[in-house]
Amino acid sequence: MKFDDEPVPGYSLPVLPGHVSPGRLERVLRAGRFAVTTEIDPPDSADPAEVLRRAAIFDGYVDAINATDGSGANCHMSSVGVCSLLTRVGYATILQMSCRDRNRIAMQGEILGAAAMGACNLLCLTGDGVQAGDHPHARPVFDLDSLSLLEMARRMRDESCFESGRPIDSPPRVFLGAAANPFVPPRAWRAQRLAKKAAAGARFIQTQYCFDTATLRDFMAEVADYGLLEGPDRLHVLVGMGPLASARSARWIRDNVPGIHIPDAVIRRLEGASDQREEGARLCRDILQEVREIEGVSGAHIMAYRQEATVARIIEETGVLEGRVPWYPGRDDPAELNPEAPEAAGDLPAAASS
Amino acid sequence: MYRVRRWAVRHARAFELLYAGLEVMLQRSAPLLERIGYARLEAPVARLERAIKGLLFDCQMCGHCVLSSTGMSCPMNCPKRLRNGPCGGVREDGGCEVKPEMRCVWLDAWEGSQRMKHGDRIHVVQLPVDASLEGTSSWLRVARGEHDAGGR
Repeated sequence: MKFDDEPVPGYSLPVLPGHVSPGRLERVLRAGRFAVTTEIDPPDSADPAEVLRRAAIFDGYVDAINATDGSGANCHMSSVGVCSLLTRVGYATILQMSCRDRNRIAMQGEILGAAAMGACNLLCLTGDGVQAGDHPHARPVFDLDSLSLLEMARRMRDESCFESGRPIDSPPRVFLGAAANPFVPPRAWRAQRLAKKAAAGARFIQTQYCFDTATLRDFMAEVADYGLLEGPDRLHVLVGMGPLASARSARWIRDNVPGIHIPDAVIRRLEGASDQREEGARLCRDILQEVREIEGVSGAHIMAYRQEATVARIIEETGVLEGRVPWYPGRDDPAELNPEAPEAAGDLPAAASS
Repeated sequence: MYRVRRWAVRHARAFELLYAGLEVMLQRSAPLLERIGYARLEAPVARLERAIKGLLFDCQMCGHCVLSSTGMSCPMNCPKRLRNGPCGGVREDGGCEVKPEMRCVWLDAWEGSQRMKHGDRIHVVQLPVDASLEGTSSWLRVARGEHDAGGR
């Protein structure tokens, strides 16, 4: 999908009527196309080239890249840093923001800063507990939770004010998202919880890793029953998935990573394969094929930690993009780009585009 | 105390009634309380509230009590202090992600709310806690009419 008002890289798209953000992800989702997102493994370094190198692996295959925020409570380059580097060369990013490490003063400042840098998708998360990561002795903050963060960001955008009520001159134009985990208890009210997130302002959802499509199917049916998949304020659900490297690593993940449900059948399937890594990729492909057929699913979020190169192959082989080539640096002929876009959107450049 | 706290959730309906009664009582005695002076009452009432609710609910004295909206399971016992429902880390056996030996306070909250007449209050989006209220009495706020069920 190529927008005829595609701006010079580093500038924002015009905000379409009925849209809230100047980004490509909202456009793809609202146009009803099957969207594909992925996540970047943020480097343990201050080297900007490393971020761009890691993003380039996905060129032409994904509609937006998540920048994780100290995922698993491990310390890495910040999500705002990663997004800033990526948006200034033109990538669409999804800024993950967790409530674990900052209070509301820091978070609101970062939302403004990130939006100014061209990050226009915000995924509001509670965050893993500090016990899960490499700094278990750090003080967890949790001044907000994912719901109150959503609500706060929505007010910043729609009512142009901080949580304190103090006005904001130019509000952050962010498309708001949240996470869902239909695969862990209490399964019976995970859909209701999603309704609460929608009420707080979420318009896109990225789920935890799905290895159990039957549970997902039930969940989506329930979400539809709540009326969350209809109308202009509908939720766009992107189902999380990823290739498992081996039966052993699947077992390890199941036992050690909070919130990831891997059924025994999946582990048996990997164990029975001669090439487990290959089987893991095949399993992810099968899940993607199945998921795209589930009523109400808007896309997939493919997370492939240390197997990033597999993402392109999975997308290629399943054909979920239906011939679309998502934007990447160098996709478009510079002569065809819309040089008016910056003025049209009333924007300052996110940075000098290279 | 963990066991008392779990017991309170099992009797959420009774506590809901008790709390509704307490609310009416507090509101009716507002003129009297005002005459005594809220400032003078704050410390002793907060101490009393901490003792009673501490015993029954492991109350953390956040100062913005939402027990009647959370199935009588205090959300401040969640290690992530979630006030709007469980996180995605709940273990298969219902254990907490951070403290596996403790049952997720939101599983309890949900079950408690199912027993209550106004259990649907659990769907209200709770706004961030006002940290400046920590340690203060929620009961006196109810009497002053400053306490809302939270959220919008």
